Amino acid sequence: MNRPDWHIVEQWIAPGSRVLDLGCGDGALLAHLVERRRVTAVGLELLDAQVAACVARGVSVIQADLDQGVSEWFAPQSFDFVIVSQTIQAMRNPEILLAQMLHIAREGIVTFPNMGYWRNRWQLGMRGHMPMNKALPNPWYNTPNIHLCTLSDFEALCAELGVEILDRAVVDQDRRSSFWLRRWPNWFGEHAIYRLKKRG
Amino acid sequence: MSIEVQKSGSVGLVTPQRAVFDEPLPLDSGRVLPSYELVFETYGTLNATASNAVLICHALSGDHHAAGFHQETDRKPGWWDSAIGPGKPIDTERFFVVCLNNLGGCKGSTGPLSVDPVSGQPYGPDFPIVTVRDWVISQHRLMQRLHIARWAAVIGGSLGGMQVLQWSISYPEAIAHAVVVAAAPKLSAENIAFNEVARQAIVTDPEFHGGRYAAHGTLPRRGLMLARMLGHITYLSDDAMRAKFGRELRAGKIQYSFDVEFQVESYLRYQGTSFVDRFDANTYLLMTKALDYFDPARETGDDLSQALAQANAKFLVISFTSDWRFAPDRSREIVQALLAAGKSVSYAEVDSNHGHDAFLMNIPYYHQLLAGYLRRVADEGGAA
Repeated sequence: MNRPDWHIVEQWIAPGSRVLDLGCGDGALLAHLVERRRVTAVGLELLDAQVAACVARGVSVIQADLDQGVSEWFAPQSFDFVIVSQTIQAMRNPEILLAQMLHIAREGIVTFPNMGYWRNRWQLGMRGHMPMNKALPNPWYNTPNIHLCTLSDFEALCAELGVEILDRAVVDQDRRSSFWLRRWPNWFGEHAIYRLKKRG
Repeated sequence: MSIEVQKSGSVGLVTPQRAVFDEPLPLDSGRVLPSYELVFETYGTLNATASNAVLICHALSGDHHAAGFHQETDRKPGWWDSAIGPGKPIDTERFFVVCLNNLGGCKGSTGPLSVDPVSGQPYGPDFPIVTVRDWVISQHRLMQRLHIARWAAVIGGSLGGMQVLQWSISYPEAIAHAVVVAAAPKLSAENIAFNEVARQAIVTDPEFHGGRYAAHGTLPRRGLMLARMLGHITYLSDDAMRAKFGRELRAGKIQYSFDVEFQVESYLRYQGTSFVDRFDANTYLLMTKALDYFDPARETGDDLSQALAQANAKFLVISFTSDWRFAPDRSREIVQALLAAGKSVSYAEVDSNHGHDAFLMNIPYYHQLLAGYLRRVADEGGAA
């Protein structure tokens, strides 16, 4: 397991369910879920090398651009869970993806780096530079992360879109949970992990 | 260069085999082939449980000679030698690979050049129109003859990819993996239009004689040449043609004549004339008809997903960005239908400027996908 949000995602996925991972990378998370949760898995990924990696490890993958929308590929409610892991901040239209994903699946799981994390605030607020660290490793001029947000920003968008937050977890890079983290998640959570569904 | 070095990574010298079938074959057209022969080649070794067999389906002008050489003096290897051989994506050190010439062909299997047992004359234009489904039934009979119960994979590009789709529908238990490359679920009106122009070029050639050109001791050379030239335009792309020929002139300057001036004209004429020497016009007509008629969703109210519902195979679908004959959108239709039917499918879109012809080329990403997928197929089937 090599990403801080995986163990939370895994806990939320019901065994034997149908799982779609949008922006699945090399398919490692899906392969992990297949092994641990016996899920039926499909991924969607744009980059050649990542798609080839998925194919080589036996993860079903569709090569497509998330920014072109996903509704044409998947029927409404054709999955139990749709995961968007560390991807939504790189989307051209995160709000469209959020609406579409909850159209395709019963529940959505979204993880992203929290811009409100204290180190990010320190780097921007005190040092006057765009944050660069383990969770946000790219310089501002060459980053896929064009739509960074904080926990508060994300929750405001969910409210606006009629998306219900079923669960929220925040972790730091080492996957530790602490008093500080639970008390002030938007300050001390480096990564945010949400379980969502469409209201009503 | 010694022949050994030159042919490393090659299956080497191969000898076509022949299977005779006396059981009549009822065709989609309602006609029956009383008996027929299929010519085929195999590469690699069938394992003890026959679990490592792979079928290769050929496209419009392909045949059973997919890899290797017939003679040491052969200038060119089989048509898909880039992908089939020891250590290649379709690895003959692991798989037992079978490729046959389809019925109606002109390379040895029963077709217009064969003698009709009823009349004692070559079939010529009287050879029945065969469909993709007819082919798959005949291929299934060959499979039984070879004592193979299940293909580890059936693989094909273009019209070959359509046969793969048909396999997954007609014999869901007999195919574990379906690899569908540069294909379409059915032809568009534009595709059919190109085929029709090709057919008209052939049948309006004064030497065609209603398909009985052999009896007149002639060939519809011009017609077949035009059909092939037209076909070649649809196999390439604007970019590929620009890269390959640009506006280069053969003689270096404009001649103000109707002779061959631009390199692209020279290329097309060469492709056309060389095709006439190796292909039969009646077969060309039959193959284009098989393409036109292919439409597995016709029987399920144009619902492709329902047509594929009975499939049990896992699918790998691959398209090429500059292919406008069977564009990526056509492959996406297949993938979306498979997803809607709840099938296991992977889809990759390979960036290439080679047009439809890309499926025959050694494009690193394309071959990486094939190799990665088939390595798992081999592991799963207990191949060597």
